[in-house]
Amino acid sequence: MHLILFFLFAGFCLAGAINLLLQTHPINSALSLIVVMTSLAVLYLLLGAEFLAIAQIIVYAGAVMVLFTFVVMLLNAGREERTLGSRAASRVGFPAVVALFAVLSTILLRAQGLGSAHLGQGLTNAPGQSNLVLLSQVLFHELLLPFEVTSVLILIAILGAVALAHAEGSKTGGSERMAEK
Amino acid sequence: MSFLQHDVPLSWYLLLSAVLFSLGVIGFLIKRNLITVFMSIELMLNAVNLSFVAFAYQWHEVRGQIFVFFVMMVAAAEAAVGLAIIIAVFRARATLAVDRIDLMKL
Repeated sequence: MHLILFFLFAGFCLAGAINLLLQTHPINSALSLIVVMTSLAVLYLLLGAEFLAIAQIIVYAGAVMVLFTFVVMLLNAGREERTLGSRAASRVGFPAVVALFAVLSTILLRAQGLGSAHLGQGLTNAPGQSNLVLLSQVLFHELLLPFEVTSVLILIAILGAVALAHAEGSKTGGSERMAEK
Repeated sequence: MSFLQHDVPLSWYLLLSAVLFSLGVIGFLIKRNLITVFMSIELMLNAVNLSFVAFAYQWHEVRGQIFVFFVMMVAAAEAAVGLAIIIAVFRARATLAVDRIDLMKL
């Protein structure tokens, strides 16, 4: 069962990623990226990370991709024109990607002691414990400060996004604040 | 059926993560649209998250999953700021083609 689910959703993942590269219209790429992220959520579920699977769907496939599709529609982005790209990208970039992939796969396939994933087995097998309990114990006790700092970071990001995307044409507060800086 | 009880080696998950990361790098190199280049970066982040989850499973270490949670939060912030920058660039340049946005100076 695990094997079938893995192959099915790994296949979806790869198909979505390749489709992202092949499509010329940004909205098609965005939709294939949603396929990739949702299939990754299922793979997280297979690896015993329920919380991350739900967070992946809500945060990535939901919030982030809505933002992407919204920007694509807002800017009325059309088909991209195929150009040759930079010479540096084709001469150095692609051999570098191939080398990177070769090194990564060699290391991964030669790694000793990597086990195998069994369906239904999480990080803990103790009775009365679950992944979620374990995760929240660490996240809200030991790592409370980084967690709160992350919320401040998101607040700053929201403020920065509003300041950056504020219309320069309209002569209201935002553009003047930008000009002062 | 023994096929149904078969476990998946973790190295396959890691290999999938490596393939996704490489596809993200290729997308970053070949895509000519600013938004799609940004999507390739998100694809690379997701690939790294998958390997984090796989290693967390391997060593029964919940901090790997928490790291993925933080990566997600930072990626959401990054997407918000990055797309705002893309909107600002589009206002200044009226194009999304990366070939025409090759100067830092406006």
